[in-house]
Amino acid sequence: MAMLHTVNKSPFERRTLDSCLRHAVKGSAILLIEDGVYAAFKGTVIADKVKAALSDHKVYVLGPDVSARGMDEDNLIPGLEVVDYGGFVDLVVEYDKVQSWL
Amino acid sequence: MSEPWEDEPEGPVRKFMYVNRRAPYGTIYALESLEVVLIAAAFEQDVSLVFMDDGVYQIKKGQKTEGIGVKNFSPTYRALEGYDVEKLYVEKESLESRGMTTDDLVVPVQVFDKDQLAALMEEQEVILSF
Repeated sequence: MAMLHTVNKSPFERRTLDSCLRHAVKGSAILLIEDGVYAAFKGTVIADKVKAALSDHKVYVLGPDVSARGMDEDNLIPGLEVVDYGGFVDLVVEYDKVQSWL
Repeated sequence: MSEPWEDEPEGPVRKFMYVNRRAPYGTIYALESLEVVLIAAAFEQDVSLVFMDDGVYQIKKGQKTEGIGVKNFSPTYRALEGYDVEKLYVEKESLESRGMTTDDLVVPVQVFDKDQLAALMEEQEVILSF
């Protein structure tokens, strides 16, 4: 049963992403939304952690939240995939259940 | 003839510092801070703004919020100069840990390291944290 994990808090301020990564089993997917998208970029102190997660998980990031924050999709950590709201819905349908790490 | 409120004796000018530590859209803190800063500016106080931790994201260039249905208030930071709010400081460590430089910011700022900021905080009379 593959799960979709969503993370909506900044990794610089909260430990939500860490908790998620600690409990997400191989094959589950992670979707970064709202302030969670700040984890998605190269050159930060968080980037290595997210790169490492890519070996066990597909990692998605919500495009409208990236644009709102002025973050550059060209600067995303390679391997991350951008989805729009429709893609968010598709992921929810594709995976058996969703865990929202608030 | 001058307006009545212009004859009021000038009140004391205090050193106000606003410390912004939150990202712009996940919570209401950033927008609320901006509102309060503008109020202080209207009372002609000595205002300093600090952006540190996730607060540096408030002044990130290129914010386009149409997709999330929220007002983009980042252009307002550029208007602060018109209210004589010109002391803007960004913490060096916060920028660097997020892979950012001053080229990423919508307004000119002074980059201070944590020790310089700590000293600046000590000089203030009022500190408001958001």
